[in-house]
Amino acid sequence: MTAAALPAPSPATTGEQPGVRLARSRRNAELSLLLVAMVLVAAYGAMVEAKVLDTITADFWMPAAAVTAVFLGLHLVIRFLAPFADPALLPAVALLNGLGVGFLRRLDLGSAPPAEREDLAIFAGTGGRQLAWTLASVVLAAGLLALMRDHRSVSRYAYTLGLAGIVLVMIPAVLPSRFSEINGAKLWVRVGGFSIQPGEFAKLALLVFFAYYLVRKREVLSLASRRFLGIDFPRGRDLGPVVVVWLISVLVLVFEKDLGTSLLYFGMFVVTLYIATERVSWLLIGLVLFFGGVYLAYVLGEVVGGPFANFYLRAQIWLDPFADPYNDGYQLVQGLLALGTGGLFGAGPGGGQPGLLPEVQNDFIFAGIGEEIGLFGLSALLVVYLLIVERGLRAALAVRDSFGKLLAGGLAFTLGLQVFVIVGGISKLIPLTGQTTPFLSAGGSSLMANWLLIAVLLRISDGARRPVTGGGGKAARPSGGPPEQLHGAPTEVIRP
Amino acid sequence: MNAPLRRVGIVVMVLFGLLFANLNWIQAYKADEYRTSDYNGRVQVAEYERRRGNIEAGGTAFALSKETDGELKFQRAYPGGARYAHVLGYKPVNLAETGIEKFENDFLAGTSDQLIANRVKDMFTGDETGGGNVLLTISKGAQNTAFEQLRNNRRNASKGAAIAIDPRTGAVQALVSLPSFDPNPLVSHSSNEATAAFNKLEQDPEGPLKNRALGEVLPPGSTFKIVVAAAALENGVGQDTRIPAGASWTPPTSGSPIRNAAPSICPEDEVTLMNAVTESCNTGFAQLGVRLGADKIKEKARQFGFEQEDLTVGHLNEGGHPVAASRAGAMQNPDGSTDPAALAQSSIGQNNVRMTPLQGAMIAASVANGGSQMRPYLVRQWLGPDRTTSHYTAKPKELRQPVSGQVASDLREMMVSVVENGTGRNARIDGYTVGGKTGTADVRPGVPAHSWFVGFAMDKNGNPVSAVCVLLENGGDGGSAEAARIAGQIMRAAIADPGGR
Repeated sequence: MTAAALPAPSPATTGEQPGVRLARSRRNAELSLLLVAMVLVAAYGAMVEAKVLDTITADFWMPAAAVTAVFLGLHLVIRFLAPFADPALLPAVALLNGLGVGFLRRLDLGSAPPAEREDLAIFAGTGGRQLAWTLASVVLAAGLLALMRDHRSVSRYAYTLGLAGIVLVMIPAVLPSRFSEINGAKLWVRVGGFSIQPGEFAKLALLVFFAYYLVRKREVLSLASRRFLGIDFPRGRDLGPVVVVWLISVLVLVFEKDLGTSLLYFGMFVVTLYIATERVSWLLIGLVLFFGGVYLAYVLGEVVGGPFANFYLRAQIWLDPFADPYNDGYQLVQGLLALGTGGLFGAGPGGGQPGLLPEVQNDFIFAGIGEEIGLFGLSALLVVYLLIVERGLRAALAVRDSFGKLLAGGLAFTLGLQVFVIVGGISKLIPLTGQTTPFLSAGGSSLMANWLLIAVLLRISDGARRPVTGGGGKAARPSGGPPEQLHGAPTEVIRP
Repeated sequence: MNAPLRRVGIVVMVLFGLLFANLNWIQAYKADEYRTSDYNGRVQVAEYERRRGNIEAGGTAFALSKETDGELKFQRAYPGGARYAHVLGYKPVNLAETGIEKFENDFLAGTSDQLIANRVKDMFTGDETGGGNVLLTISKGAQNTAFEQLRNNRRNASKGAAIAIDPRTGAVQALVSLPSFDPNPLVSHSSNEATAAFNKLEQDPEGPLKNRALGEVLPPGSTFKIVVAAAALENGVGQDTRIPAGASWTPPTSGSPIRNAAPSICPEDEVTLMNAVTESCNTGFAQLGVRLGADKIKEKARQFGFEQEDLTVGHLNEGGHPVAASRAGAMQNPDGSTDPAALAQSSIGQNNVRMTPLQGAMIAASVANGGSQMRPYLVRQWLGPDRTTSHYTAKPKELRQPVSGQVASDLREMMVSVVENGTGRNARIDGYTVGGKTGTADVRPGVPAHSWFVGFAMDKNGNPVSAVCVLLENGGDGGSAEAARIAGQIMRAAIADPGGR
C-alpha cells in the first residue's frame, strides 16, 4: 500500500490474513515516528515565528511541546491498553493535529497587534483553544481505549447508538435557526457562546449501528435477489432501510442545507452495505439514488426555490465562482486564489495572507495552509490522510470478525470521504459544503469525534494484530467467512 | 468481506488521486492566473509593500504615499484634493484606479521594465526601493486659476470644464472639470469607507467623476465657425470676401429660419468673412456652410481632429486619459443627399456637431501655432526613485497639420479681431495678443445654452504661449463672455507660470 517507508505489518505471502504472523507490537516504531512528527511540528512553529515575527522567540517550542506531551501520553496508554495497535495511525494523526494547532496559532499571530505578537500565550486565541481541545480529545480517546477493551463489545449498544445517531442528526434540523444555523448551514447546537456539531458524533454512532445491522442482514441482503440486466438486485423488503437512509440524507440536505453531510452519511451507508454484501448492485443503486436526489434538488431549487434554493445556489457557485466574486462566490474564489498564489512551493509557513480567506480556521484551512506550503506540502498532507485511511482499511482487512471489518472499513472510508468532500469543495472539484477538515479545522466537536474514530480504529487494529491465543484453527479460517464470531448478532435466515 | 474492502481502498485512492490532480490544476496550471487575479487581495498587499512614487507638478507632489502601521504599509494621499482630481485620477485599494494613477501605474508602482534594475538590486539587499515619480506638464498657477475661476464663475454654472495647452508643444497647462471631488476618501484603506465614498460620487446626478474636459462632448456652437472659416479660406474665400448675411435666413427645404444672437449682428445683406467671425454672424455662416457643402466642412473638422477615436492625453508613447471623439455629425437626409437645413445648423455648431473642450483648445492651439497641431500630453518626465535618473522625457510630437500657415495666419487675425473688437473682449491680456471665438450652443427651448470660449495668447514676438478652451454647461445669457473672461485669466496665469518645471 502506501506505507512503504513505514513498518509493513505483513509480508505479501500472508494474503488474506495479514494479521496472523504479526506478533511484534511495534510500539517503539510508533514512538520514533511520533517524535519525528513532533519535530516537524516544532520546526513548523519555528518557521512561522521566523516569518511572522522576524525572530524566533525563546518559547517557540512550547505549543509543540504541549501537543507532544499529550500524544506521548496517548502513546503510553496505547502501550498498555492496545499494545498491538497499528503503529502508523497515532504518528500520522498527531502530525496533522499538531500542524493544525500550529497553523491556527499562526493565524492568531498574524491577526494580533504587532506589539503583542511575541507575547502570545500558548493557550491564547484559536490556536490555544485548539490545543486545549486536542488535550481533551486525546484524553477522551484514551478513555475510550480504556473503556472498550474489545471492539465487539460496542455492538451491544448498536440500537441505542443508532437511535442516538438519528436524534443527533435531527437536533439541528428541528431547532430554530438562531440556535443551529452558522453560515447558512443548520449543523450546530448553540448554547450561549458554546457550539457543538452533533453530526460529527452522529457519524460514529450511526456507523456502529450500520455495521451491526448489516452484519445481521448480510446473508439476506446478499443472497435473496433478482437478476436484472446482469446485475443482482435485492428484494424490495430488504431495500427498505436503504430507502429510509436515503430519505434521511435528503432531508438533512434540505433542512440542514448541507450537501456534504448527507453525502457523507449516504456514502458511509452505501459503502458499508457494499462491504457487507459484496454486491456491486448496492453501489449502483446508492449512486443512482444519491445523484438522482441531488439532481432533483438542483432542479427543484431552480424551479421551486424554497428549501432547495440554497443547494441550487451552491451548485451555481460551483459551476462558476467568478460570476459573483464579491458575494456568492467570494469564499470559493478566495480559496482558489489562495491555493493558486501558493503555487508549487507555497509562500512558506507564515508567508501567506490567510487573513484574506474567509473561514480560514474552518472550512478553508486547507486553502490557507496550501497558500503557505504549496502543492508539494498539500500533496504530503493528502498522503498522510490517505495513509490513515488505508491503515484503517488494513485493520479492517486483518481483523477477524465481520462487525470489526465493517466498522473499521466504514470508519476509514468515512474519514477519507470527509477529506474528499471538504478538500474537493474548496478546490472546486465538487460543490462546496460546510465540512470540517479532520484534525486540522478549529473546533472541538470535529476534533473529538475524529479522535474517537481513531481510538476505535486503534482498538480494532489492536484486535487484528494481536496474536491469537488458544488454537490457531480459528485464525486460519478465511476471514469473510460466516459471521458467527460476531458477538450477539445472530444471522437472519432467508425466508423466501 | 475482504474483496470489497480492498476495492474500497482503491476507491479512496482514486478519490485522493482526483484531489491531487485537481490541486495540480489549481496550484500549477492555473497558479499564475489566480496569483495575479484582480480579485486577489494579495496583489494589493504586495503592491503596498513598496512606496509608490509621487505624481508632481511644478516641484510639488500632488499624489504621494505616506507610511502607515497597518497591514497595507503605505497610504496614498492627494494634497491637491479636488483641484487635481481629474488630472491625477486615484489609486484605491480595491476599486478600479483611474487617470495617471492608472496609466502610469507600472512606473509609479515600480514594476515597470524601466525600473527592473531596482528590483534586481532589491533581491540582493532585501530592501524595497520605491516606485518611480511622474512629473507633469501642469502649471500650478494655471491649474489654480482655472479651478478657482471656473468654480466661482459669475454665471453660477455648476458644471463645466477648462483646459489649457501650450500650442508649441501640446503640453497641458491646466485641466479642470467641474464639479470635482476629493479623491482622498476613495483611497481609504477601509474598503467600506472607500466604497461608500465611491458610490456617493457615482450616484451624484451632477456626475463629479466625469472628466468633462476630455470625456464629454457637447454642441460647440459658434466656436465651430473657426472650422467652417478655415474650409472657406481654402476654397477661395478671403478675409475680406463679402458673404451673404442678413437678419434671418431660412435654408431651402426647411421651415425654421436661422437668426442671429441679437438684431444688431449682421443685419446687412452681405458682410466680410472677417466681420462675420468677429460678430459671430449666424446667417452668414449658415449660408457659407451650405455653399461649401457638407463634405468640405466634415473634412475640415476631421483635419482639425474631429472623429479621432483613439487619442489619449498622458504619456506621448503609451497610455493616457482616453479622449472622447468629437463629431461633425450627420448632415444628410435619410436618402443620403445633403440636408441643407442640417448643414446650415451644423455650420453654426448646432445640429449633431459635438466637441470636447480639449478639441476646442486644440483648434485654437493649431491656429496659434501656424497650422501645426501638437499632440497634447500630461507626462513630462519619468524620474527614478533616486530622483536623479530620468527614465523618459517627453519629446513633443506633431499630431497633424489641419491648415496651411497662410490659412492659420488668416484665422489668427480673425480670432484676434473677435477679442479686440467682437464678442470675446473679456479675454484680453495687456501686452499680449489674444485671439479666440465665443460659442453659445442651444440645448432646447427653456434650458440655458452652453457657453464656450476657445482662444490663444501670443507674446510680443508672435510666439503662442497658451491655448485655452472654457466650457460652462448651461451658462445661459452672457455665459460665453464669462467663459472668455475665465479663459483670459487662465492664460494670464499660464504666462506667469508656464509650467513644465
